Amino acid sequence: MSNHYNEMWRSLGLNLKAHDQLLQALPPTYHDVYLTQTNRPQSMEYFDFVVNEIHGLRIQELQEHKKKGGKVIGAFCVFVPEEIVRAAGGICIGLCSGLEMGTAEAEQVLPRSICPLIKSFMGFKLAKVCPYFESCDLVVGETTCDGKKKAFEILNDYVPVHVMETPQMKKGRDKQLWLEEVQDFAGLVQETTGIEITRESLAKAIQEVNGKRQALRRLSNLRKNDPAPISGKDSLLIEQIAMYDDVARFTAKVNELCDELEQKISAGEGAFPPKTPRVIVTGTPMAIPNWKVPHIIETSGAVIVAEEMCTGMRYFENEVAEAGSLDSMLENIAARYLGINCAVFTPNTGRLENLENLVKEYHAGGVIHCTLSFCDPYAVEANRVEKMMKQKGIPFLKIETGYDQEDAGQLKTRVEAFIEMLR
Amino acid sequence: MYAGIDIGSRTIGMVAMSAGQIKQFRLEDTGFEPTDTAQKILDGTYSRIVATGYGRHSAKAEFADDIITEIKAHALGAAWIFPGVRTVLDIGGQDTKVISLNEHGAVIDFLMNDRCSAGTGKFLEIMSTALGYNSVSEFGQEALTGEGTIKISNMCTVFAESEAVTLLHRGAPKKDIALALHASVVERTVGMLQRAGFKTPLVFTGGVAKNRCINSLLATKLGVDVLVPEEPQLVGALGAALAAAKDGFTA
Ligand code: SF4
Ligand code: SF4
Repeated sequence: MSNHYNEMWRSLGLNLKAHDQLLQALPPTYHDVYLTQTNRPQSMEYFDFVVNEIHGLRIQELQEHKKKGGKVIGAFCVFVPEEIVRAAGGICIGLCSGLEMGTAEAEQVLPRSICPLIKSFMGFKLAKVCPYFESCDLVVGETTCDGKKKAFEILNDYVPVHVMETPQMKKGRDKQLWLEEVQDFAGLVQETTGIEITRESLAKAIQEVNGKRQALRRLSNLRKNDPAPISGKDSLLIEQIAMYDDVARFTAKVNELCDELEQKISAGEGAFPPKTPRVIVTGTPMAIPNWKVPHIIETSGAVIVAEEMCTGMRYFENEVAEAGSLDSMLENIAARYLGINCAVFTPNTGRLENLENLVKEYHAGGVIHCTLSFCDPYAVEANRVEKMMKQKGIPFLKIETGYDQEDAGQLKTRVEAFIEMLR
Repeated sequence: MYAGIDIGSRTIGMVAMSAGQIKQFRLEDTGFEPTDTAQKILDGTYSRIVATGYGRHSAKAEFADDIITEIKAHALGAAWIFPGVRTVLDIGGQDTKVISLNEHGAVIDFLMNDRCSAGTGKFLEIMSTALGYNSVSEFGQEALTGEGTIKISNMCTVFAESEAVTLLHRGAPKKDIALALHASVVERTVGMLQRAGFKTPLVFTGGVAKNRCINSLLATKLGVDVLVPEEPQLVGALGAALAAAKDGFTA
């Protein structure tokens, strides 16, 4: 990314030296992981461009929005309702945390043995290297896992954090609690942006975000074909970009990509040869630029056909039902979000049922469960998933890993051996 | 003739086969240039070479026709020597693997230890040096004569080493410490086998399979026969050779 953004980065208060290092690390990795792929769809060009401009053009757009008095709200979890932020004239962005950065700074306030995602967002903030973070007027946390919940108290020392209480179960009273949280959030967002949410603005926001989810679902459905029309890595990238790109433009670009993929499918073309072993990955989110395990999988002779993750299907699975009144719209929003099958819930049987269906629908030969190190909810729930997979006779591999590359060799052996089993 | 080469962290094994028979085999230290050493060992003419082991990818880039993982190689090799094998335990220089096979000899599951040397050949090597033995085989031999009076409580190589040295300074009999260290490896291994829900026949491969103390402790602890091939360090190479020989094989 060229230097003409330097002024903008400086004005955001970034630590330019550390930020430069970050920017220099990304292109070579991106090249190795993404640009060396063969048979990539042409329409990936847009997404390559977006990554290339990750700290440039998109940040500029956010700054222009802010200049006009607009607000930017950052979130760490797919439970934060984007519709509400948009309806109040704000822009909602997912803060990424997929890279080991500012570890030394983060470890001054956090224990060493903690999930790398948490360490990463703290590091990004403390080392001042993320222009998204620095663009946020408000950051929204949640009470999902204990690590995040407590880390938000610390983060609040550096940036205002509003914490939404996500329940632990999905009973009637949990639904009520969550609805109230969503209503409170709507109030807070309006206060932050100074713009009132109206029936019209919320209805429009619901339609727009539903449109984004529909486009992503369309893409996902195309991946049921053999040969797979697009790699799992490219799909993951799109799912990661979904969290911070302009909604209308992103939706249009995903639909364009789908048009191209439909043509490829009817011509019998794919990103991988027909009959390539197909796997589904499931587990903790893979925040951009965490492409570690997908890269290992797809360079070991398999293709990923679905991500049962928050950077994946859980993000676009269900839609918010449209409704007439503001109140019922908020109810529908609360209901849609509470349908997310995150491992912080107990029980989380929805995830298991869903996985079983996905294996059938996507003609997957096996499932790879990926957990970030020190993530208790998913590491423990892996047992439920494994048990079910064994019962159904579905080949299953469990991986626990962080953002470092130390274990890449061993992981490769395990993944290759798993794929040998699928042949 | 078909060749299989297993490029491990400590040793490189080679097996060449023709008409279903082993024609040549060799075992060398890996040295600093694994791919070069491998090529030197492969001094015949082979119609197909399959590589396995951690150096397999470099081998593929340089000379091998194909690659398979150590997991598949050990399964193929063990099933050829002991038809009907249901579990392969492989303890090499740097890692431990438990491989489950179905009744047709296909791999259905596997476990590998995490990124640490506890319970591997490296662990035994370090402990043998720490206690002042000249070789790992002497260490294993002595341990057989030890008495089970001591328990090593640390699994981590670094801590276990200082624990062993402390015991030595306190005057504990060396062979008892040796036995305790072997027992700690076995305990870890048994845990892994149990997690994998191991079935018999159980075949033990890799360098550590030559250690008689580990073998006998393992058999006692598990209460089953532990089958050890004549050349446990060549099972991976054998598996690779079998893969090379297999018609229409692709990896
Ligand atoms: S895994 Fe759970 S906590 Fe994490 S983003 Fe998804 S829903 Fe939120
Ligand atoms: S990956 Fe696990 S531990 Fe980390 S933030 Fe998400 S739920 Fe929490």
